[in-house]
Amino acid sequence: MKNLYDFLAEDVRLQDGLNACMNCGICTAVCPAAQFYDYDPRIICNQVQTRDNETILSLLKSETIWYCGQCMSCKTRCPRGNTPAYIIQALRKLSQKLGYFTESEKGRQQFAIKQTIGKNILEVGYCVHPERVSPAFHPEQGPVWKWVTENADKLYDSLGANYNKPGAGTLRKIDQESMDELQQIFDETGATEMYDTIHKYSVEKAKEMNMDIQDDCDNEYFYHVYSKNSENNQ
Amino acid sequence: MSVSKNWKNYNQQIPDDRYYYARSCIRQNFFPGSEKTFLTILQDLLGKDIYDDPKHTSCTGIAYHSDIIPFETMMTVVARHFSLMTEAGYKNLVPSCVTSFGLYNEVLETWEHHPEVETKIREMLWKSTRREFEKPEAIMHASDIIYHFRDIISDHAQNPLINVQTGEPLKVVDHIGCHYAKIFPSKGIGGAEFPIVLSGMVSSWGGQSVDYPERRHCCGFGFRQYLVKANRGYSIANSYRKFESMAPYKPDFIVANCPGCAMFLDRWQYTIGEMKNEWFGANGQGIPILTYEEMAGLVLGFDPWAIGLQMHQTDCEPLLKKMGISYDRDKKFSLKRKTILLNVLEEEIQ
Repeated sequence: MKNLYDFLAEDVRLQDGLNACMNCGICTAVCPAAQFYDYDPRIICNQVQTRDNETILSLLKSETIWYCGQCMSCKTRCPRGNTPAYIIQALRKLSQKLGYFTESEKGRQQFAIKQTIGKNILEVGYCVHPERVSPAFHPEQGPVWKWVTENADKLYDSLGANYNKPGAGTLRKIDQESMDELQQIFDETGATEMYDTIHKYSVEKAKEMNMDIQDDCDNEYFYHVYSKNSENNQ
Repeated sequence: MSVSKNWKNYNQQIPDDRYYYARSCIRQNFFPGSEKTFLTILQDLLGKDIYDDPKHTSCTGIAYHSDIIPFETMMTVVARHFSLMTEAGYKNLVPSCVTSFGLYNEVLETWEHHPEVETKIREMLWKSTRREFEKPEAIMHASDIIYHFRDIISDHAQNPLINVQTGEPLKVVDHIGCHYAKIFPSKGIGGAEFPIVLSGMVSSWGGQSVDYPERRHCCGFGFRQYLVKANRGYSIANSYRKFESMAPYKPDFIVANCPGCAMFLDRWQYTIGEMKNEWFGANGQGIPILTYEEMAGLVLGFDPWAIGLQMHQTDCEPLLKKMGISYDRDKKFSLKRKTILLNVLEEEIQ
């Protein structure tokens, strides 16, 4: 049976991101996540390069691997040319593939991201769209954004956009052929399977937590993972 | 060492014409006037050929960096963009988004070190879409283009970056997106060591660029750290760190080249004000923040409401007053159509 490290090593980001880390800690010194969370990318590098199965298993189930913000500040400064954020990407991929992500509060949030950003791409062709940044979910966007969403059609057009209409231009409606190509790429390259995997393990976890879950953004499990933090995770 | 200390390694050759424009999800949502301003400058002022492709979609960058899609999916979507560019007959790729800029470069870098991955992605693209492609000859962020033509823009300046009340240069702090400067420092102008892409515009247009300790610190987006409401403490805390660092220098405004950073530095000032009644600008106000397109637009005399400054939560009017720009406050929240013309705001009757 394969060691978990062998799975990680199949990911080219792990191959490019970790080459004999000497544990100098420069990555941790410049890391925004380390300044906010109890997070230390230097320790992650050290743990992964042990190749120890139990250590990597504990990482895959941990809160820790979800703290990184992928700003990539670590890539710039590592004197060995390593990228701890690439290691994180490989760990997160494996954690989801094997279903360990639902063992942590931060990992369970992947369901909310899949339901929002994930659906946006395949439904409108953009990661973000004005109709999908609701003031209720985004109070930090303030009263001006509320005004924007209430007047989107006229406002975007007033600024020269081609809002939700065919053709070129800002916020245009993307043609069906291009949307079909996106879906076909997702099917061929594993994204559809990854969405299904996130969903499957989230349904199992919701059942275990005795919560309602649906394939939308209006269910008990979604609100829970999207909004709730335990004290040690803030 | 991954970071060169030699300036000449960051002095890019920017092609002069024939660009394929890759729009930004974030910029077109929150700063639609900036994209319009950029295209107006390129096409109407500079007479350049820049193609706006209706078939172009999201690069999937936000999904990729929040880890809900595989690396192969992102690379294949990017390969489709290369295919669209090839189909349209262009070789110079100009992303508006800093995350897209990072992605396009990451894909090419990966293929250079792992040619078998490029082969695999070409097969995946063919199987899924029957598409083929040529790789771009040049990838430059849209801010690189404005930097490249900064002196021509300066020749047409209507409103230099001068405080008309004091005659002094405006003090400007910049924030350069992490995925522009930090992933592949050698691909951007100045990289992380010599952050000149924005300060070069500022000094060319009469302003004074002001350094500050946390200039290179992330704005705090952090992808999943903002997308999920429970995580937003990370995002606001990192922006707060930047505001605290820049405030003692009393900047007149902030300029950013990343659309997400500009939006966060705008919105989090509002949120911090609401939470703590703490403001980082003068007279109990926030520090106005501009995209580099908006900064160029104001310098060129475009009307503030035609370029979309009414969509900012942190009020830009104190800056307009300092620059001596006349504007009609009653038209700020008008929904009538506005057309960007050099120094003219036209409103058409709907």
